[in-house]
Amino acid sequence: MPAESGSNRRPETGAFFQRDRTWHPPVLTPNYKTSVLRSPQKAPLSFDNTLSEIAGPVFGHAMLRELDADLIHNFARPGESALGERIIVYGRVLDERGVGVPGALLEFWQANAGGRYRHKKDGYLAPLDPNFGGCGRAISGEDGFYAFRTVKPGPYPWPNGPNDWRPSHIHFSVFGQGFAQRLITQMYFEGDPLIWQCPIVRGIPDKAAIETLIATLDMQATIPFDARAYKFDIVLRGRRASLFENRPEGN
Amino acid sequence: MAQSLGRLRESPSQTAGPYVHIGLTPNFCGIGGVYPSDLGATMVNDKTRGERIGLRIRVLDGTGTPLKDALIEIWQADADGLYNSPAELRGTADPNFFGWGRCATDMETGLCAFETIKPGRVPFRDGSLMAPHITLWIVARGINLGLHTRLYFSDEEKANAEDPILARIEHRVRVPTLIAERQGDTYVFDVHLQGEKETVFFDS
Repeated sequence: MPAESGSNRRPETGAFFQRDRTWHPPVLTPNYKTSVLRSPQKAPLSFDNTLSEIAGPVFGHAMLRELDADLIHNFARPGESALGERIIVYGRVLDERGVGVPGALLEFWQANAGGRYRHKKDGYLAPLDPNFGGCGRAISGEDGFYAFRTVKPGPYPWPNGPNDWRPSHIHFSVFGQGFAQRLITQMYFEGDPLIWQCPIVRGIPDKAAIETLIATLDMQATIPFDARAYKFDIVLRGRRASLFENRPEGN
Repeated sequence: MAQSLGRLRESPSQTAGPYVHIGLTPNFCGIGGVYPSDLGATMVNDKTRGERIGLRIRVLDGTGTPLKDALIEIWQADADGLYNSPAELRGTADPNFFGWGRCATDMETGLCAFETIKPGRVPFRDGSLMAPHITLWIVARGINLGLHTRLYFSDEEKANAEDPILARIEHRVRVPTLIAERQGDTYVFDVHLQGEKETVFFDS
């Protein structure tokens, strides 16, 4: 299958860089209580990527509909829109080499402006917004660029400690070009004091790593009298060039 | 000072949380009308080549309780062992088989059911063949970084015995944690997050 029509660029087939597991939250973060019984206790089996990890599905732009990247309207009744602070979230999907990742499928989900999810497991007393579903998706462009429109989600209490609150956040699911790049993470908002109190956030050991999950307010990208903008880049695993790779013998 | 490599760091993972369905399987959790159907819900059509099989997968926590809020994605080759991916340079995969599926565990039973085909064999890095297998990726509340493992097939004993990834498992008593049991046309596979039967997870 060609990488893209009208291009003689060869698809990349190199293995992905080793994942730095000290940069991610460890499997067991006891202050996030649910991790206690759900964290593997034995060491994972390490091996260089095979084709099963290097290959990955490609989602074409054809599957997208007009409102997929507009959470303000994609669940709203005709002529109505979701309540809350209107924002644009934009950024690039990059890999660890700093290269834009085109064709990446991004899926987003979030609570409404009051901090309530449209889900039967969420019993928070903040009301549902009849015009807000809470999901959206986009596919990155040639340079890795993506954008969507939504309302800023509210913070909410959750059953962990007796009085734990999640900072405002948007969940991101990202497919890169290989299945080994698969990633789910969360985007936080610049200036939110709850970020530094959250047991889920604090599972990430390094403050510098946490800061890469905090979106920056970008007043130059706002739409005047409509929506403010937050910039959020996502970095997926980089990959080795396969140009000079020897076939390992007897490996 | 030497030149900087100019590399970035991978975005750190965060749990998919209890409401992962809203984003990844909205129709499953009652959010209709945004997408026509949930992505990855159907893997085969009547033109797909290969043996039809079902997968019945559960994910069990350290007490043996099935997770009712997990989400599983699978990724596999077609019946000839070709991936439907630009990275596949050996040929063109079955156009009627995308090779990727997604399923939320049932909110009452914790069961995850896929209808797919049995994959062919895919070469390892040295050109030898790996046994037929399906890549699994599991996320849920309480899982901080998506868990990667594989499902192999109980009726592929000979291929499993020469599989280079299974061969790397030092503690041989753990190999069966990756092998799904055939029951008719269905393979049954329990993923144990902890305990004596803890599944072998991968760092690859």
